[in-house]
Amino acid sequence: MSIWVDQNTRLLVQGITGREGQFHTLQCRDYGTKVVAGVTPGKGGQNVEGIPVFNTVDDAVRQTGANCAMIFVPPPFAADAILEAAEAGVPLVVAITEGIPVLDMMRVKTYLKGSKSRLIGPNCPGIITPGQCKVGIMPGPIHKPGPIGVVSRSGTLTYEVVHQLTNQGIGQSTCIGIGGDPVNGTNFIDCLSAFEQDAETKGIVMVGEIGGSAEEEAAEFIAKNLTKPVVGFIAGLTAPPGRRMGHAGAIISGSSGTAQAKMEAMRKAGITVVENLGQLGEICKKVF
Amino acid sequence: MKIHEYQAKELFQKYGVPIPRGKVAFSVEEAKSVAAELGSLPVVIKAQIHAGGRGKGGGVKLAKTAAEVEQVAGSILGMTLITHQTGPEGRLVRKVLVEEGLEIEKELYMGMLPDRSSANVTIMVSEAGGMDIEEVAAKTPEKIIKVQVNPLLGLEAFQARKLAYGLNLTPELVKLFIPMVTKLYKLFVDYDCSLVEINPLIITKDKNILALDAKVNFDDNALFRHKDIQVYRDLDEEDPAEVEASKYNLNYIKMDGNIGNMVNGAGLAMATMDIIKLAGAEPANFLDVGGGASEEMVENGFRIILSDPSVKGVFINIFGGILRCDVLAQGVVAAAKKVDVRVPVVIRMEGTNVERGRQILEESGLNLTAAKDLTDAAQKVATIAKG
Repeated sequence: MSIWVDQNTRLLVQGITGREGQFHTLQCRDYGTKVVAGVTPGKGGQNVEGIPVFNTVDDAVRQTGANCAMIFVPPPFAADAILEAAEAGVPLVVAITEGIPVLDMMRVKTYLKGSKSRLIGPNCPGIITPGQCKVGIMPGPIHKPGPIGVVSRSGTLTYEVVHQLTNQGIGQSTCIGIGGDPVNGTNFIDCLSAFEQDAETKGIVMVGEIGGSAEEEAAEFIAKNLTKPVVGFIAGLTAPPGRRMGHAGAIISGSSGTAQAKMEAMRKAGITVVENLGQLGEICKKVF
Repeated sequence: MKIHEYQAKELFQKYGVPIPRGKVAFSVEEAKSVAAELGSLPVVIKAQIHAGGRGKGGGVKLAKTAAEVEQVAGSILGMTLITHQTGPEGRLVRKVLVEEGLEIEKELYMGMLPDRSSANVTIMVSEAGGMDIEEVAAKTPEKIIKVQVNPLLGLEAFQARKLAYGLNLTPELVKLFIPMVTKLYKLFVDYDCSLVEINPLIITKDKNILALDAKVNFDDNALFRHKDIQVYRDLDEEDPAEVEASKYNLNYIKMDGNIGNMVNGAGLAMATMDIIKLAGAEPANFLDVGGGASEEMVENGFRIILSDPSVKGVFINIFGGILRCDVLAQGVVAAAKKVDVRVPVVIRMEGTNVERGRQILEESGLNLTAAKDLTDAAQKVATIAKG
């Protein structure tokens, strides 16, 4: 009852020897994720709390059978790390790194169109299937296994949403943060379509924010293709135009990308739109 | 990052993109000597601020005589220019660009920017130059010609031709346009631009094609590899509190309301501002202390919010993940000891080490109001706003 990660996920971590990389790797392992390898060029042969470190992703995959990569490599080298994972044939690549240049990501995304690897992120909290596998930096204990899929462009806002669901007794099948950058790998539509096909997912919460048109495109997709109920939230009603609201992707340019336009598109698609974040949990309780 | 028109034109010149002759001036005297150097009249005097709509706001004027140069430069330098992008408070003009006046036959438009969903660079041109391009796109989309440049292939010759012929250029002008757009694309990629816009791109009576205006923005995430662009940053164009915040790696944006707020994570910060608004108040700022904020960052963030005289209350909303609630609480307490907290503060915390965080705040003896959830917090904020 999940998408993309579960108890069969074998995780390798690129940038495992850095402070953040090491901390979160161990958090993932404590949660129950099978962490099989780490990669840091030049540190092959070492280990991090018993996790073997390799020089290349290729070595790590061949020797450990890793099928998922989590990336903590600093921004200047992160695009290269994603490409290395894809070249090594890793089917799922989760890039946590924040601050990768847009042009780097454009090249990576264009390259990945001809590859079998799925990229989640960058600049994202990762993906978690509660009770089975956590690949990312989200706090594990707020999650609860259950029937609702969560997909979001944010980090802590996703935690808030999940926390409210769990408080209402609503568990989650899989929660995915697709990241706050303008150019990312997996988008809303990829997640929505995977949740639609997952028999155990009964409903979906979609959390968007200002900037771009991904929410509008997702709303159109939902209207045409989804049979499961969707609850939506958009952050940034009060955001001024032309200012980057933290995330590189969260910027209203001219008249496009506003919260109002996104909410309107979602309502038209039959999505239950939550205006006040404080009420999200209660509204989900009624809808699901 | 934004830069001034004169700086953008310096880059154009470096790449061989034709621009009018001209130079920046910081005083009336300098403006006069630039005009004398140009040796021809009229000249155009253009206010240099980081906002569009300068012409309509009275920041771009023609000077036909030497006396007019002095008079026009004097009126623009030091003026507070108000445009649709500056807000009602306007922007002080500290420098002007003095350029040769040209005889214009036709005004065109050109823009380059990353297309988020396709991951290509979009290049747009239009014969409807000199106008608001968003309006053109909304009313007469057929007047905009676009190509999508694959970032792994770069700009192909056929794409440059499509743009040139789309603009109905004469064969002589096509020959000038194609190398120009090719050079601009190279500039775009070399410097990790997030926008290159020329509006208007002009055809002169003597059949030349030049960038009369120039707007170039850069991807903040890529500035680390462009040291030569970092020096273009103009702190005068930024809010002092935002500059102060950026020193501590805080993401702060000044807004018009009176409820200050501090949040971890951009999405949650935006949602928190929205909650303040829904509660009947207005946010005084956006402040994302980031996922992994330190005690020092929290302390400085809190201090910056309190330094805004319009702030009548503060709402701190933290979902502890990487940033633990106890670290947040210590930062708030440390800041409160250093600055005079003269407004009510509502704190809502959840997540990692929340019990320890609440305990630190309670034991601090500070006058803080704890909220049990977002709805409760919103009500408490609304009460402050009414008081």
